[in-house]
Amino acid sequence: MPVRVQSEDFDLTREVAALRAAQGTRAAKIGAIATFTGTVRDLNEVDGKSTNVSQMTLEHYPGMTERALEKIVADAKSRWDIFDALVIHRIGALMPLDQIVLVATVGAHRGEAFAACEFIMDYLKTEAPFWKKEATLDGARWVDARSSDDSAVARWGAGGGEPASEQKSAPENAGTETTSVDAPKSAPTKGAGA
Amino acid sequence: MSEVTLLFFAGLREAVGTSRESLELPAAISTVGALRAHLSTRGGIWAEHFAPTRNLRAAVNQDMAGADAPVRAGDEIAFFPPVTGG
Repeated sequence: MPVRVQSEDFDLTREVAALRAAQGTRAAKIGAIATFTGTVRDLNEVDGKSTNVSQMTLEHYPGMTERALEKIVADAKSRWDIFDALVIHRIGALMPLDQIVLVATVGAHRGEAFAACEFIMDYLKTEAPFWKKEATLDGARWVDARSSDDSAVARWGAGGGEPASEQKSAPENAGTETTSVDAPKSAPTKGAGA
Repeated sequence: MSEVTLLFFAGLREAVGTSRESLELPAAISTVGALRAHLSTRGGIWAEHFAPTRNLRAAVNQDMAGADAPVRAGDEIAFFPPVTGG
Protein backbone atom coordinates (compact mmCIF):
# COMPACT_ATOMS: atom_id res chain seq x y z
CA MET A 1 0.00 0.00 0.00
CA PRO A 2 2.25 2.79 -1.19
CA VAL A 3 1.82 6.16 0.45
CA ARG A 4 3.94 9.09 -0.63
CA VAL A 5 4.27 12.66 0.56
CA GLN A 6 6.34 14.66 -1.89
CA SER A 7 6.87 18.10 -3.35
CA GLU A 8 7.22 16.78 -6.90
CA ASP A 9 4.31 16.51 -9.27
CA PHE A 10 2.96 13.09 -10.23
CA ASP A 11 1.89 11.46 -13.47
CA LEU A 12 -1.46 9.70 -13.23
CA THR A 13 -0.80 7.30 -16.08
CA ARG A 14 2.59 6.29 -14.77
CA GLU A 15 1.36 5.87 -11.19
CA VAL A 16 -1.56 3.69 -12.22
CA ALA A 17 0.68 1.57 -14.40
CA ALA A 18 3.08 1.09 -11.49
CA LEU A 19 0.25 0.21 -9.11
CA ARG A 20 -1.06 -2.39 -11.55
CA ALA A 21 2.40 -3.83 -12.12
CA ALA A 22 2.98 -4.04 -8.37
CA GLN A 23 0.12 -6.52 -8.09
CA GLY A 24 2.24 -9.15 -9.82
CA THR A 25 0.33 -12.20 -10.94
CA ARG A 26 -2.84 -10.72 -9.45
CA ALA A 27 -2.71 -7.86 -11.96
CA ALA A 28 -4.75 -9.95 -14.37
CA LYS A 29 -7.51 -10.19 -11.75
CA ILE A 30 -7.95 -6.41 -11.63
CA GLY A 31 -11.23 -5.41 -13.18
CA ALA A 32 -11.53 -1.90 -11.78
CA ILE A 33 -9.18 1.00 -11.20
CA ALA A 34 -10.67 4.04 -9.48
CA THR A 35 -8.64 7.23 -9.25
CA PHE A 36 -9.25 10.63 -7.72
CA THR A 37 -7.03 13.60 -8.49
CA GLY A 38 -7.38 16.78 -6.48
CA THR A 39 -6.19 20.03 -8.05
CA VAL A 40 -5.59 23.53 -6.72
CA ARG A 41 -8.34 26.02 -7.53
CA ASP A 42 -7.77 29.72 -8.04
CA LEU A 43 -10.44 30.67 -5.54
CA ASN A 44 -11.65 29.74 -2.10
CA GLU A 45 -15.16 30.29 -0.80
CA VAL A 46 -15.47 31.37 2.81
CA ASP A 47 -18.94 32.19 4.10
CA GLY A 48 -20.22 32.46 0.55
CA LYS A 49 -17.53 34.94 -0.39
CA SER A 50 -14.98 34.01 -3.04
CA THR A 51 -11.37 35.06 -2.78
CA ASN A 52 -8.75 34.69 -5.47
CA VAL A 53 -5.88 32.44 -4.51
CA SER A 54 -2.54 33.05 -6.19
CA GLN A 55 -0.53 30.40 -4.39
CA MET A 56 -0.88 27.72 -1.76
CA THR A 57 1.58 26.21 0.68
CA LEU A 58 1.07 22.75 2.13
CA GLU A 59 2.52 21.96 5.55
CA HIS A 60 2.57 18.45 7.02
CA TYR A 61 3.78 16.54 10.06
CA PRO A 62 6.67 14.39 8.82
CA GLY A 63 6.27 10.87 10.09
CA MET A 64 2.72 11.20 11.39
CA THR A 65 1.32 12.18 8.00
CA GLU A 66 2.67 9.02 6.39
CA ARG A 67 1.44 6.92 9.32
CA ALA A 68 -2.02 8.46 9.13
CA LEU A 69 -2.26 7.82 5.39
CA GLU A 70 -1.11 4.24 5.84
CA LYS A 71 -3.73 3.70 8.52
CA ILE A 72 -6.47 5.12 6.27
CA VAL A 73 -5.41 2.83 3.42
CA ALA A 74 -5.33 -0.15 5.79
CA ASP A 75 -8.84 0.73 7.00
CA ALA A 76 -10.06 0.94 3.40
CA LYS A 77 -8.54 -2.42 2.60
CA SER A 78 -10.21 -4.02 5.60
CA ARG A 79 -13.60 -2.57 4.69
CA TRP A 80 -13.61 -3.24 0.97
CA ASP A 81 -12.37 -6.03 -1.16
CA ILE A 82 -9.71 -4.13 -3.04
CA PHE A 83 -6.28 -5.43 -3.92
CA ASP A 84 -4.31 -2.31 -3.22
CA ALA A 85 -4.36 1.47 -3.00
CA LEU A 86 -2.01 4.32 -3.68
CA VAL A 87 -2.01 7.76 -2.06
CA ILE A 88 0.26 10.60 -3.17
CA HIS A 89 -0.05 13.99 -1.49
CA ARG A 90 2.07 16.96 -2.43
CA ILE A 91 3.57 19.44 0.01
CA GLY A 92 5.28 22.80 -0.30
CA ALA A 93 4.34 25.58 -2.68
CA LEU A 94 1.57 24.88 -5.18
CA MET A 95 -0.10 27.07 -7.77
CA PRO A 96 -3.65 27.04 -9.13
CA LEU A 97 -4.03 24.24 -11.71
CA ASP A 98 -1.40 22.13 -9.93
CA GLN A 99 -2.24 18.59 -8.94
CA ILE A 100 -2.24 18.21 -5.17
CA VAL A 101 -3.46 14.71 -4.31
CA LEU A 102 -3.90 11.35 -5.99
CA VAL A 103 -5.82 8.37 -4.65
CA ALA A 104 -5.98 5.20 -6.72
CA THR A 105 -7.57 1.88 -5.83
CA VAL A 106 -7.46 -1.40 -7.72
CA GLY A 107 -9.74 -4.36 -7.27
CA ALA A 108 -11.86 -6.89 -9.05
CA HIS A 109 -15.01 -4.76 -9.20
CA ARG A 110 -15.85 -1.10 -9.56
CA GLY A 111 -18.21 -0.83 -6.58
CA GLU A 112 -15.50 -1.62 -4.10
CA ALA A 113 -12.86 0.40 -5.97
CA PHE A 114 -15.07 3.51 -6.12
CA ALA A 115 -16.14 3.25 -2.49
CA ALA A 116 -12.63 2.65 -1.17
CA CYS A 117 -11.27 5.57 -3.19
CA GLU A 118 -13.92 7.93 -1.82
CA PHE A 119 -13.48 6.62 1.71
CA ILE A 120 -9.73 7.24 1.57
CA MET A 121 -10.24 10.77 0.29
CA ASP A 122 -12.87 11.59 2.92
CA TYR A 123 -10.65 10.37 5.75
CA LEU A 124 -7.57 12.03 4.31
CA LYS A 125 -9.41 15.38 4.46
CA THR A 126 -10.14 15.03 8.19
CA GLU A 127 -7.47 12.72 9.63
CA ALA A 128 -4.22 13.24 7.75
CA PRO A 129 -2.12 16.10 9.12
CA PHE A 130 -1.85 18.53 6.24
CA TRP A 131 -2.54 22.24 6.44
CA LYS A 132 -3.10 24.67 3.59
CA LYS A 133 -2.00 28.26 3.65
CA GLU A 134 -3.33 30.42 0.85
CA ALA A 135 -1.77 33.52 -0.59
CA THR A 136 -4.43 36.01 -1.65
CA LEU A 137 -4.50 39.69 -2.55
CA ASP A 138 -5.45 40.34 1.10
CA GLY A 139 -2.38 38.47 2.31
CA ALA A 140 -1.69 34.92 3.43
CA ARG A 141 -4.11 32.96 5.56
CA TRP A 142 -4.51 29.44 6.87
CA VAL A 143 -7.47 27.64 5.39
CA ASP A 144 -10.20 26.79 7.90
CA ALA A 145 -11.44 23.23 8.14
CA ARG A 146 -14.84 22.73 6.54
CA SER A 147 -17.73 21.18 8.40
CA SER A 148 -18.78 19.55 5.12
CA ASP A 149 -15.62 17.46 5.33
CA ASP A 150 -16.66 16.22 8.77
CA SER A 151 -20.09 15.25 7.44
CA ALA A 152 -18.44 13.47 4.52
CA VAL A 153 -16.53 11.29 6.95
CA ALA A 154 -19.48 10.81 9.30
CA ARG A 155 -21.56 9.15 6.59
CA TRP A 156 -19.18 6.19 6.52
CA GLY A 157 -20.08 5.41 10.14
CA ALA A 158 -17.68 4.53 12.91
CA GLY A 159 -17.55 0.83 12.22
CA GLY A 160 -19.61 0.26 9.09
CA GLY A 161 -18.27 -0.26 5.65
CA GLU A 162 -20.81 1.67 3.60
CA PRO A 163 -22.45 5.05 3.70
CA ALA A 164 -25.71 4.63 5.55
CA SER A 165 -27.67 6.24 2.73
CA GLU A 166 -26.30 3.93 0.11
CA GLN A 167 -27.11 0.30 -0.41
CA LYS A 168 -24.77 -1.46 -2.74
CA SER A 169 -25.64 -4.67 -4.50
CA ALA A 170 -23.24 -7.54 -4.65
CA PRO A 171 -20.39 -7.11 -7.11
CA GLU A 172 -21.60 -7.22 -10.68
CA ASN A 173 -19.80 -8.27 -13.76
CA ALA A 174 -21.46 -5.74 -15.99
CA GLY A 175 -20.11 -2.59 -17.51
CA THR A 176 -16.51 -2.12 -18.40
CA GLU A 177 -15.16 -4.38 -15.71
CA THR A 178 -13.24 -7.41 -16.71
CA THR A 179 -15.05 -10.50 -15.62
CA SER A 180 -13.01 -12.23 -13.00
CA VAL A 181 -12.37 -15.93 -13.17
CA ASP A 182 -12.67 -15.99 -9.39
CA ALA A 183 -15.98 -16.75 -7.80
CA PRO A 184 -17.60 -13.44 -6.84
CA LYS A 185 -17.40 -12.56 -3.18
CA SER A 186 -20.62 -13.16 -1.35
CA ALA A 187 -20.71 -9.77 0.31
CA PRO A 188 -19.64 -6.35 -0.91
CA THR A 189 -17.82 -5.51 2.29
CA LYS A 190 -15.35 -7.10 4.59
CA GLY A 191 -15.44 -6.43 8.27
CA ALA A 192 -18.58 -4.33 8.14
CA GLY A 193 -19.79 -3.52 11.62
CA ALA A 194 -16.46 -4.39 13.14
CA MET B 1 13.55 13.36 34.11
CA SER B 2 10.02 13.68 32.84
CA GLU B 3 10.60 15.60 29.70
CA VAL B 4 8.23 15.63 26.74
CA THR B 5 8.62 17.12 23.29
CA LEU B 6 5.94 19.53 22.16
CA LEU B 7 5.33 20.18 18.46
CA PHE B 8 3.16 22.89 16.93
CA PHE B 9 1.95 23.10 13.36
CA ALA B 10 0.44 25.49 10.86
CA GLY B 11 -1.34 28.57 12.25
CA LEU B 12 -0.66 27.50 15.82
CA ARG B 13 3.07 27.20 15.09
CA GLU B 14 3.09 30.72 13.68
CA ALA B 15 1.09 32.10 16.60
CA VAL B 16 3.32 30.68 19.33
CA GLY B 17 6.45 31.42 17.32
CA THR B 18 8.04 27.99 17.55
CA SER B 19 7.60 24.55 16.03
CA ARG B 20 9.12 22.56 18.89
CA GLU B 21 10.03 22.78 22.54
CA SER B 22 11.09 20.48 25.33
CA LEU B 23 8.96 20.67 28.42
CA GLU B 24 9.54 19.30 31.89
CA LEU B 25 6.17 17.68 32.48
CA PRO B 26 4.67 18.85 35.77
CA ALA B 27 3.83 15.87 37.97
CA ALA B 28 0.14 16.73 38.06
CA ILE B 29 -0.23 16.49 34.29
CA SER B 30 -1.12 13.08 32.94
CA THR B 31 -3.44 13.75 30.00
CA VAL B 32 -3.49 15.75 26.77
CA GLY B 33 -6.34 17.85 28.13
CA ALA B 34 -4.42 18.73 31.28
CA LEU B 35 -1.36 19.61 29.23
CA ARG B 36 -3.42 21.85 26.99
CA ALA B 37 -4.87 23.62 30.03
CA HIS B 38 -1.36 23.98 31.42
CA LEU B 39 -0.11 25.62 28.23
CA SER B 40 -3.01 28.06 28.27
CA THR B 41 -1.85 29.31 31.69
CA ARG B 42 1.23 30.79 30.04
CA GLY B 43 -1.02 33.71 29.13
CA GLY B 44 -0.94 35.98 26.12
CA ILE B 45 -0.96 34.18 22.80
CA TRP B 46 -0.90 30.84 24.62
CA ALA B 47 -4.03 31.65 26.59
CA GLU B 48 -5.73 32.70 23.39
CA HIS B 49 -4.75 29.73 21.24
CA PHE B 50 -5.06 27.00 23.86
CA ALA B 51 -8.35 28.30 25.23
CA PRO B 52 -10.99 25.55 25.61
CA THR B 53 -13.14 27.27 22.99
CA ARG B 54 -10.44 26.87 20.36
CA ASN B 55 -10.84 24.02 17.91
CA LEU B 56 -7.49 22.35 18.45
CA ARG B 57 -6.39 18.80 17.77
CA ALA B 58 -3.60 16.81 19.31
CA ALA B 59 -1.46 13.78 18.63
CA VAL B 60 0.62 11.69 21.02
CA ASN B 61 3.57 9.88 19.46
CA GLN B 62 2.10 10.58 16.02
CA ASP B 63 -1.35 9.17 16.66
CA MET B 64 -4.41 11.39 16.93
CA ALA B 65 -5.27 11.79 20.61
CA GLY B 66 -8.28 13.04 22.51
CA ALA B 67 -8.24 15.12 25.68
CA ASP B 68 -8.27 11.97 27.83
CA ALA B 69 -5.24 10.44 26.15
CA PRO B 70 -2.38 9.83 28.59
CA VAL B 71 0.92 11.68 28.30
CA ARG B 72 4.12 10.29 29.74
CA ALA B 73 7.78 11.17 29.94
CA GLY B 74 9.45 10.86 26.57
CA ASP B 75 6.25 11.38 24.56
CA GLU B 76 6.08 13.53 21.46
CA ILE B 77 2.92 15.60 21.80
CA ALA B 78 1.71 17.70 18.91
CA PHE B 79 -0.96 20.39 18.86
CA PHE B 80 -2.42 21.72 15.64
CA PRO B 81 -5.55 23.18 14.06
CA PRO B 82 -8.05 20.89 12.29
CA VAL B 83 -6.41 19.50 9.17
CA THR B 84 -7.08 20.91 5.71
CA GLY B 85 -5.30 18.68 3.23
CA GLY B 86 -6.60 17.06 0.07
